[in-house]
Amino acid sequence: MQILAGLFDIVAVEAHSKVSDIVDMSPVYDLALDPIYTRPLGLNANFIAGLEMNRYLYASGATSQDCKRVVEKNRKNALSNELAINSANFEFKSDGPDSISYPLTRNDVAPLVDGAAVVVLAAEDAAKSLREDQAWIKGAGWASDSPTLETRDWDKATYAELASKQAYRQAKIHDPTREIQFAEVDDTYSYKELQHAEALGLAGKSRAHQILDQGVFDLGGRLPINPSGGSIGMGHTLEMSGLVRVIELVKQLRGDAGKHQVQGVQTGAALAWRGVPTASGAVVVLSNR
Amino acid sequence: MFVKKRVAVVGAGMTKFVRRAQETGKELAFEAARQALDSCNMRIQDIESVALGTAPDAFDGVHMKGEYLLDGAGAWRKPYSRNYVGGGTGVFSPIHGWFHVASGLYDTCLVVAEEKMSSCLPHPQAAFLTIFDNMIERPLSPNLIWIFALEMQRYMHRYNIPKEQIAQVAVKNKRNALDHPSAQIAKAVTLQDILNSEVLAWPVQRLDISPVSDGACAIILASEDVARRITDSPVWIDGVGWNLDTTYWTNRDLYFPRYVANAARMAYGMAGISNPRKQIDFAEPYDPFDYKELHHMEGLLLCRKGEAPKLTMEGVTERDGKLPICPSGGLLGVGNPIAAAGLMKVCELFWQLRGEAGKRQVAGDPRTAVAQAWGDLMQIGTVVVMRA
Repeated sequence: MQILAGLFDIVAVEAHSKVSDIVDMSPVYDLALDPIYTRPLGLNANFIAGLEMNRYLYASGATSQDCKRVVEKNRKNALSNELAINSANFEFKSDGPDSISYPLTRNDVAPLVDGAAVVVLAAEDAAKSLREDQAWIKGAGWASDSPTLETRDWDKATYAELASKQAYRQAKIHDPTREIQFAEVDDTYSYKELQHAEALGLAGKSRAHQILDQGVFDLGGRLPINPSGGSIGMGHTLEMSGLVRVIELVKQLRGDAGKHQVQGVQTGAALAWRGVPTASGAVVVLSNR
Repeated sequence: MFVKKRVAVVGAGMTKFVRRAQETGKELAFEAARQALDSCNMRIQDIESVALGTAPDAFDGVHMKGEYLLDGAGAWRKPYSRNYVGGGTGVFSPIHGWFHVASGLYDTCLVVAEEKMSSCLPHPQAAFLTIFDNMIERPLSPNLIWIFALEMQRYMHRYNIPKEQIAQVAVKNKRNALDHPSAQIAKAVTLQDILNSEVLAWPVQRLDISPVSDGACAIILASEDVARRITDSPVWIDGVGWNLDTTYWTNRDLYFPRYVANAARMAYGMAGISNPRKQIDFAEPYDPFDYKELHHMEGLLLCRKGEAPKLTMEGVTERDGKLPICPSGGLLGVGNPIAAAGLMKVCELFWQLRGEAGKRQVAGDPRTAVAQAWGDLMQIGTVVVMRA
């Protein structure tokens, strides 16, 4: 907005995570809850995510097996990403004893890590004089649903729908399944990737798990989602994760993604979510044309 | 400088500033937003985006306080973001909203600034104990009052300013606030009252400082075409500026706020102001302490360095003087709910420039004015220039 308004030609955007300084994350999440209505219930972040996951699975017909499939895909993609710390090539054998808040298991949660990220934005003329392989921001949107747990949608990510509508309007995208060739979306929890893919219009309502099972979202699929490995594969850096998604988009659009490069991509979308207990998210559409 | 869209303020509202509000933070934000909408006959459906300013989460004891305040501020299912640059937040909030409109992304934006300090017990000062560098500074256990005492001492020493000249600012602002319906500590006090008040960290005394407050303010921004449909008398935001100095107070010029001067130059440059002393009709510099008003007048280039105390003693900065400073009563008189206090200054510019300030109205049909706040680790200056 600072560049669009005409204030500046070049702006740097920084985000970082030093989550390792936090001894115990759960009291921090507790403090984010409404002090009168919900904090006294003694909920924690994973408990709330478990509730939401349950609701989403119920409403969409997806199963916890589908969520495991997301985890397998993202950790496998991460094997080709040198920045990733949680890469693995594996298959879940059974449910295992690692349930933390049914149906959420430890594997469904992206591990918290430290990191820092910077992107440099430039106005059109300045960008052209700086380098030749720019990634243009075609659209950007952000929105918030209700801050209280009791009054928001649980079976879909309304904030992400509103944000993507805004970004698509600016980018003049009418049919995202055709015009968006790959996406990097928030996957703080495995089910969130499915929810967010639907919000971006990359899968019809309640259809994300079916398309996932067809391999469409795989690295070699027709519409790869989180080819970088996402937060589940790369590690979750809290509010910085959204910027990491954008950087991965830029790498792909420049053909700089190395072993996890998706061939011939021109337009991609990135989606960030602020995390439990918020219902706030943002979307950007980037293109190399 | 080319700016894509000219931005106007079309409505404003504020709650009373009080020591301990019955209302929750959400309710304070709602009340201010409601008043701002009513002031220009708009509904929340007419608002395209919402920009919120609020200071440390520790005051309310709510992590990600911006998310918590969201529905109170009218942002449900709207593009919404929160900015926070410490004490500078109040004047940065309209800049943040200005981005939304000037960039052409939205035609209307509701800007809300809220602060509820009373929920921080035993005293909100405690929220500041952890803002300093945890290796170099925190072992000295600094608190804000003694940091400001150092700065005040340095300023007095540099220009040989007697304490009386600084205390005169508090006398003026507390008296100006008598005419402000939302004021918390308006009072007719004498210079002697200030000089006899309890010493907290010399040379800072109790009446040199603004109080702890709860409150909220809101303004509505609109792009030029839309603004002219909403009101016959929009007030234009013609210049915005902000600037940061080093984070370490040990490495700064304590006698002169360079960061404010840089921010002011940016805003004046945008507004086409080459001689602020002549072209600015009145100002609302940030005055959490009485010496800061003087400091910031100099930073805003409204007088020569070290000249502000003299102008104050001569009455130039009185409401009926040649260059009225803080005609609202400022933080020293109206109160200091951190983020809301800065936006209160922008509200005051709006009301004064529309001739709606009632008993506080400055004479001579003012056309151009500047508001400023200061914050973060005492090293950011945020400046807005507005025109009738």
